[in-house]
Amino acid sequence: MTLRDAINKLLGRQPASANTAKQRLQLVLAHDRSDLNPELLQQMRREILEVVSRYVEIDLEEGDVTLETEDRVTALVANLPIRRAKVLPPPAEAEPALEANTSS
Amino acid sequence: MAAASTRYILICSGKGGVGKTTLTANLGIALAKQGARTAVLDADFGLRNLDLLLGLENRIVYTAQEVLSESCRLEQALVKHKQEPNLALLPAGNPRMLEWLQPDDMQKIAAMLGEHFDYVLIDAPAGIEGGFKNAMAAAREAIVVTTPEVSAVRDADRVIGLLNSEGVKPIQLVLNRVRPKMMANQEMLAVSDVTDILALPLLGLVLEDEQVIVSTNRGEPLTLNGNGSPAARAYTNVARRLQGEEVPLIDPSKERQGLRATIGRLMQTKIF
Repeated sequence: MTLRDAINKLLGRQPASANTAKQRLQLVLAHDRSDLNPELLQQMRREILEVVSRYVEIDLEEGDVTLETEDRVTALVANLPIRRAKVLPPPAEAEPALEANTSS
Repeated sequence: MAAASTRYILICSGKGGVGKTTLTANLGIALAKQGARTAVLDADFGLRNLDLLLGLENRIVYTAQEVLSESCRLEQALVKHKQEPNLALLPAGNPRMLEWLQPDDMQKIAAMLGEHFDYVLIDAPAGIEGGFKNAMAAAREAIVVTTPEVSAVRDADRVIGLLNSEGVKPIQLVLNRVRPKMMANQEMLAVSDVTDILALPLLGLVLEDEQVIVSTNRGEPLTLNGNGSPAARAYTNVARRLQGEEVPLIDPSKERQGLRATIGRLMQTKIF
């Protein structure tokens, strides 16, 4: 926050718009550049959370998966606060592999 | 002049109305004045206007269309500027050309121009469709024009993506219609905001200038008659930088003097 923003806030005025413009642009460009629509991103976020929560207990309220962009490079940023590791991680993919072996 | 040293520069923006054609006309005149043999190619076949901004609309006999169909020679179609004979315009053809024009055709025209000129400036149409892609095919490097507004910056970003994927480089930025007062009040995207977001080097910064409208009314680009107005100086500086000269860029929001400007800068201090 700049001094101007603080004064505007104190006087009950709207903050200067340049910063709003910058933030809105950064968000929309991250989506434009990755060509991911919000629906796909939402689905990816659900699946990522699902996989991660198999191993650790995560804070779903605080967790966030977003697209960020800098220097024309777009990154998928997942911020997933871990409450604690799960005591017994499930044996990953062991059973389906076995099945495949016996059937061949 | 060997074609290899000719510079083929696309002037594009994505969004319409941000100043592509005005830049092409002024840059063309400025380069010609600096002694470079310059051709401007109107690649906006749908809505051509470069002839009008250069004041050459009444002198067009043939266009790029007749050159391509070989019903005239290139020299016959080129319209030489009377005051600046180093500058010539190759007018856009009939809008119906859009139905059959291919990227190859544009490359062919550009190569023909390259045999006679040091600079070939290609005025691209707005949008990112066929017309733009045809124009892009003729270029090796690009100047992206944008204004400090969200829609113009977003569209510029799409265009930069396409230029990158076609290997057009260098790509440089001209920030047009800058209002220093609004920038100082943080009611307009800062110069650094735009260059950071688009990740392009800044080739020029043009202030909002009423004289641009006056000059288009007359069909006499501002760079034609000296550097009296701020925009004219900016366009001339773009030409000088293109030619490799080091001309310092001045951030207008930081350049203002006096008490108001000092208070304005103080207000931009980050407090947390």
